Amino acid sequence: MIPVAFEYARPSTVDDAVAAVVAAGEDGKLLAGGQSLLPVLRLRLAAPTTVVDLGGVSAMRGIHVDGSDLVVGAMTTHAEVAASGLVRAEAPLVALTAATVGDRQVRHRGTLGGSLAHADPAGDLPTAAVALDATLVVAGPGGRRTVAARDFFTGIFSTVLQPDEVLVEVRFPRMPGWTARYEKFHRTAQAWAVVGVAAAVRRENGQIAEARVALTGMGDSPVRARAVEAAVAGAADLGTVKAAAGHAGEATSPPSDVSGSAEYRRHLASVLTARAVAGAAGMI
Amino acid sequence: MTATIGETEVGQRRLRKEDARLITGRTQWTDNIRLPGMVHLAILRSPYAHARINSVDTSAARSRPNVIAVYSGAELDNQGVLVNAWPVTEDLLAPTYFPVALTEVRHVGEPVAVVVARDAASATDALEAIEVDYEPLPVVLDMEAALAPGSPLVHSEIGSNKAFTWIFDSAAAGTGGDVSQAPADITVTRRYVQQRLIPAFMEPRSVVVDPSGGEWTMYSATQIPHVLRFLLSATTGTPEHKIRVIAPDVGGGFGGKLAATPEEWIAFAVSTKVNRPVKYTETRSESLLSAHHGRDMIQDITVTATRDGIVTGLSVKLTANLGAYLALVGGGVPLLGAFMYNAIYKFPAYRFECNGVFTNTTKTDAYRGAGRPEATYAIERIMDELAIEVGVDPMEIRRRNWIRHEEFPFTTVCGLSYDSGNYEAATDKALQILGYDELRAEQNARRAANDPVQLGIGISTYTEMCGLAPSRLLGQLRYGAGGWESVTIRMLATGKVEVISGSTPHGQGHDTAWSQIVSDQLGIPFEDITVLHGDTRVAAKGMDTYGSRSLAVGGVAMVMACEKVRDKAKLVAAHLLECSPNDLEFTDGKFRVRGNPEAALGMAEISGAVFVAHNLPDGMEPSLDSEATYDPGNFSFPHGTHLCAVDVDTETGRVSIRKYVAVDDVGKVINPLIVEGQVHGGVAQGVAQALYEEAVYDESGNLITGSFAEYLLPSAADLPSIVSDRTETPAPGHPLGVKGVGEAGTIASTPAVVNAIVDALRPRGVNDVPMPCTPERVWRAANGGVA
Repeated sequence: MIPVAFEYARPSTVDDAVAAVVAAGEDGKLLAGGQSLLPVLRLRLAAPTTVVDLGGVSAMRGIHVDGSDLVVGAMTTHAEVAASGLVRAEAPLVALTAATVGDRQVRHRGTLGGSLAHADPAGDLPTAAVALDATLVVAGPGGRRTVAARDFFTGIFSTVLQPDEVLVEVRFPRMPGWTARYEKFHRTAQAWAVVGVAAAVRRENGQIAEARVALTGMGDSPVRARAVEAAVAGAADLGTVKAAAGHAGEATSPPSDVSGSAEYRRHLASVLTARAVAGAAGMI
Repeated sequence: MTATIGETEVGQRRLRKEDARLITGRTQWTDNIRLPGMVHLAILRSPYAHARINSVDTSAARSRPNVIAVYSGAELDNQGVLVNAWPVTEDLLAPTYFPVALTEVRHVGEPVAVVVARDAASATDALEAIEVDYEPLPVVLDMEAALAPGSPLVHSEIGSNKAFTWIFDSAAAGTGGDVSQAPADITVTRRYVQQRLIPAFMEPRSVVVDPSGGEWTMYSATQIPHVLRFLLSATTGTPEHKIRVIAPDVGGGFGGKLAATPEEWIAFAVSTKVNRPVKYTETRSESLLSAHHGRDMIQDITVTATRDGIVTGLSVKLTANLGAYLALVGGGVPLLGAFMYNAIYKFPAYRFECNGVFTNTTKTDAYRGAGRPEATYAIERIMDELAIEVGVDPMEIRRRNWIRHEEFPFTTVCGLSYDSGNYEAATDKALQILGYDELRAEQNARRAANDPVQLGIGISTYTEMCGLAPSRLLGQLRYGAGGWESVTIRMLATGKVEVISGSTPHGQGHDTAWSQIVSDQLGIPFEDITVLHGDTRVAAKGMDTYGSRSLAVGGVAMVMACEKVRDKAKLVAAHLLECSPNDLEFTDGKFRVRGNPEAALGMAEISGAVFVAHNLPDGMEPSLDSEATYDPGNFSFPHGTHLCAVDVDTETGRVSIRKYVAVDDVGKVINPLIVEGQVHGGVAQGVAQALYEEAVYDESGNLITGSFAEYLLPSAADLPSIVSDRTETPAPGHPLGVKGVGEAGTIASTPAVVNAIVDALRPRGVNDVPMPCTPERVWRAANGGVA
């Protein structure tokens, strides 16, 4: 468990961070908490020549409101996100999801940006970002650009981020009055999700007026369950929600592995979607 | 062993005196040891489950920075061989087992070459420069496939994948009837599969060898320093008195460090080659891959019974996956189970057959319970199935068949003599704590309501044979060593005591429990006692730690040694008090003259008198030190009743343990805190087998569950709050009355959990769920196989 030797850079500004990744080139890696990167290095599954540690970039850490957006710095830890009153009020799904990541130690080291940029198909926060139509702000040598969460993830451990770019912050649309639930099904408390369902709902007159639903572990990237969202609109009772949740597995391509078969995952997606939506709506 | 000693320490909930150093890590873990001039090893391991080694080119690796030497198996010509210490049958097929493979690799992870470098990172870096030309050979992973005609052979030179067939038949042994003649109103036959498990001790294995001065000192994270010293000497030709083995503090073992490992032999040989101290510490990945695995057996079991459920015969056909090589006691593990399938019951006829099979997988050997959890699982599962056939409550079927309290001592169908037990008392207590009747009522209500979350109640009434073991019996079973244990007491001048324990702990709490016993035995304060162990030059004799034996066997040696000290101290006291020894009694830790309580001497004063030796009886040797070695006359038989209530979510298959009650009878308890800790940890491991753990290979023989991301260990967050209670039936004829507790929780809990799951789903036509009972398997079972 000894990594291959590498150069280490620790910039303190975003510009310096971009300069450092440009200098590192194709064989550079960003360290954004290290909860996934360090195991990969120690198992020698990756051997970067340079590791750029973003832990010193204070501008990338913190939570604030900017107009209609809740802005979370990429280097904000899961523990900070989970505990933030601002996040709980403006994007409760994000706080609830962050609280389920790994274990206490992981949540105090791991970061929102690290989780999104790592793009683990079993990652929880990418799903929340896709469910809420978050916007990701990326800095590169040519300046900044924004990417919609649904366009950010391109496959297993794969995103649109270029080797010379740094994910700086994540902007979640403020959704006051929405309620949320993240149903994570994992075999042990510290294990990755077999399937996870992120749901946020807006209620009106005792009905679910709108819903946002996305799935973890049902494909190479988070899957937005649009058919469920459409079917659940107007639902006023659990039976309707369960029926709507039956669409959750549609158009998904879940893996079959030691954690569960594709068939089982599709089944779980429906069961958990019903629980997530009904839970978010206060029906159960 | 007749003196009655007052107890002030024994029975106390003493916090463990070793915990501060263990918990903080400020101690001699093997990997903490740094010796002058020490160099580091890294091991290249086979990526193939079976391949011929055409060549190993180590030349490029030798020129890497900081590399001192690189050895292939052929180049490490002093490596010796690894031996099997339990050749279970006379015609056992025992293939030669080299620490570093010479011409063929037979499982993924088998050592192929070793790098020696000035630092561990350089050694690891150089591994990639070793060129190995492998020629892949056919792989066989499945036990039954390996036994089929025409199967690829793991060891072509021995001509078969079947290492041995071992049979016990009560008719042939004269201990019971013939199963083929047993009345069979009812016959129940089942197949249970004990999945492969990985011991997953907390401290990875680590070894340091210092070859200075024509002697070899090995530090190893091992359970068995004494056995190791003997084996190193026997297999390398190094004289035994030139070898010193030290097990410093060891961070868990669970049987996984009851081993003579390739890595130890490699370090020993390399230290000689380079004539410098060497260190090897495995990574967690290497540990999961190549430290021996456990369980991995197929159990075909049949019980016959009368119409009212009285069992008339039991047959077990066991197929045991040995892995690619015979591990230290690998073939013997099923034998430890063979005598336990009849469990707490009065079965009149029994036949057991075990076939040991080689496959291209990591070797298997002892894992907590070693044979006995497997046996207990199979019998406790099938007793539930018999209850269904008979139409009675699963508790009732047990009552009809178990040995009643008044029937002890009882000779079983295996010929073992159970000295004591009270199954009724433990069971009644467990039922009452659980609230069995109330839960059954709730279960019925939930069934009637077709609740998606069903309730199940699981029962496990277990016993185990521990206190390993009577040496004569081990000889009859062809085990390669004895089962005695040794203790030395050193009385220091100031009245402090060093207790030198032959059995060496790897987490059990010897320092504390031994101090409590010796404190009472000698009237010395708990704090004034130090327990030494694990160094063959300090504790010269020992048979080490496994099979719940330390207290049950070593504890007796300790009492015997203390008695010798007391006997001699009494003579000194009588001399100093100018009375006859017959006028003295030992009470409250002092020798007192009967009728004159003011005239008294404590052990500290006597120790001082013996140290200066100014005024001792004529001719007396000026030493109070003593040594005792005890060979048990019988096993000990702890027992108990574990009950488990589970909620089974039939929509997802998730099993949640709602309540877990363990009532154990481990005989007399020295330290309740330690006993409860052992029960909690044991239950956790047994629950883990039932629900979480499984080592899985892909079809090429790669270990899929090669990290803790895939090999799931439950944490405290996944486990219930365990209610641990006891009944106490002291072991008769044992000076401490103790029975052993190290494996009880593991043995009892697995069938309790699975019985509960099956019980919950019984109305849905379920009569088994294979282990581990993953959510998917439970969901499939609950929904008619496939949803």
